[in-house]
Amino acid sequence: MEVRRTPLYEEHVKGGGKMVEFGGYCLPVQYQTGVIKEHMAVRTACGLFDVSHMGEITLKGKDAVRNLNNLLTNDYTVMKDGQARYSPMCYPNGTTVDDLIVYKVHDNDYFIVVNASNKDKDFAWIRDNLSGEVTAEDVSDRYAQLALQGPNALRILEKLTDPENIPEQYYTALFDREVGGFNCIVSRTGYTGEDGFELYLDADNGPALWRLLLETGKDDGLIPCGLGARDTLRLEASMPLYGHELSDAITPVEAGLGFFVKKDKEAFIGKEALAAQGVPARKRVGLEVTGRGIVREHQDVYLGEKKVGTTTSGTFCPYLEKAVAMAMIDQEAAAPGTALEVEVRGRRVAVCTVKMPFYKRTHN
Amino acid sequence: MIFPKELKYSKTHEWIRFEDETTAYIGITDYAQSELGDLVFVNLPQEGDDVAMGEPFADVESVKAVSDVISPVSGTVSEVNEILADEPQMMNESPYEAWFVKVTDISEQEELMDAEAYEAFVQENN
Repeated sequence: MEVRRTPLYEEHVKGGGKMVEFGGYCLPVQYQTGVIKEHMAVRTACGLFDVSHMGEITLKGKDAVRNLNNLLTNDYTVMKDGQARYSPMCYPNGTTVDDLIVYKVHDNDYFIVVNASNKDKDFAWIRDNLSGEVTAEDVSDRYAQLALQGPNALRILEKLTDPENIPEQYYTALFDREVGGFNCIVSRTGYTGEDGFELYLDADNGPALWRLLLETGKDDGLIPCGLGARDTLRLEASMPLYGHELSDAITPVEAGLGFFVKKDKEAFIGKEALAAQGVPARKRVGLEVTGRGIVREHQDVYLGEKKVGTTTSGTFCPYLEKAVAMAMIDQEAAAPGTALEVEVRGRRVAVCTVKMPFYKRTHN
Repeated sequence: MIFPKELKYSKTHEWIRFEDETTAYIGITDYAQSELGDLVFVNLPQEGDDVAMGEPFADVESVKAVSDVISPVSGTVSEVNEILADEPQMMNESPYEAWFVKVTDISEQEELMDAEAYEAFVQENN
């Protein structure tokens, strides 16, 4: 597969980013500051991420809502303009195509944001399952997306735009607004467990806004952050990542996302299978490492000598200063406080099931 | 990037400081720590363990991944730097002071590079 560059590529190289391939894009895994400092900046000050690799799809037409309700497990019937709503998207067998966020721009006009690595698959799936008067368009290449995340994000954004251009509520967005002189979609969303914003703008303007944000935010501790910190932050905040906690072998109910599966809805792809599954045999749980070591993904989990599951993600959390993991575990071993072991390269490491999220912010 | 003159280097990015012909300290190089990123955990051998030339004797974990540390010599571990277990960031901050083990009774060693050769080797591989 051809590795593509985001509009910010030159900025990353100039800024000392260590470039790697992810989801078909060349992106910085970290800058010279390193993953721990970048992670801590987001928890205590602010970090700026290039997330232009994410895919954007528009869905327009008088049957748009009906199609969203058929394609996705969440319910989109009642939504205000500017509202954002998360949903898994399922196959007929109940396993997961992707998880995504839908924004209502206004009636009959929706903006969908999907994972980079699933973009083409998602677009094909959506297009092939549309019916009635509706059109889907992959507009990913038009946009740069910057994520400004952390307790100082609001203060930094306030220096670049008027208060009426800043969404007040989490999971809402304002369209067609000016930030630092550039036309943006300003969304109060993120993937770090902190308050923050995601800014979508014309790809050509991406580098200029990136530089302006970094300059403006310097005094508030803003630094550029890479994919490494993005992953440790989402894991510390216990957020699922497609390909790990969700996949074409895992249903959203198993992943603990049952809240986003509205089984009362009339009909949607995967409904029958998810209803038939009932209470699944396994579920996503959080593990805290109580022994010595770091647990990673794809490692077997044991209750005594019995294998009861497999880890899906694991790392050392810089803010909590703890090694944690998420795993798909048989129900019998999934209750919080269960002592388990994970096989780490031939050695058993003690872990304990804990309630998620591992980290929840207490400040704004 | 630092390449102290008094040390020898392996192709797998360990440094080795010989006390005499059969006794040496082993650690990972400045280049290795910068490539690995922030290190948060180390799995060390125990005193009395044998190490074998070309075989892993420890592993280090960054936030993202785990990597083996390979012994450039065969011998016996006579001392382990347990401080690294509590302060893994030492490997990033001062890689040439952050020795992993002291090895005695060294019976064989692989072909090692001096500082100049290792610096050239690193540049070539970058």
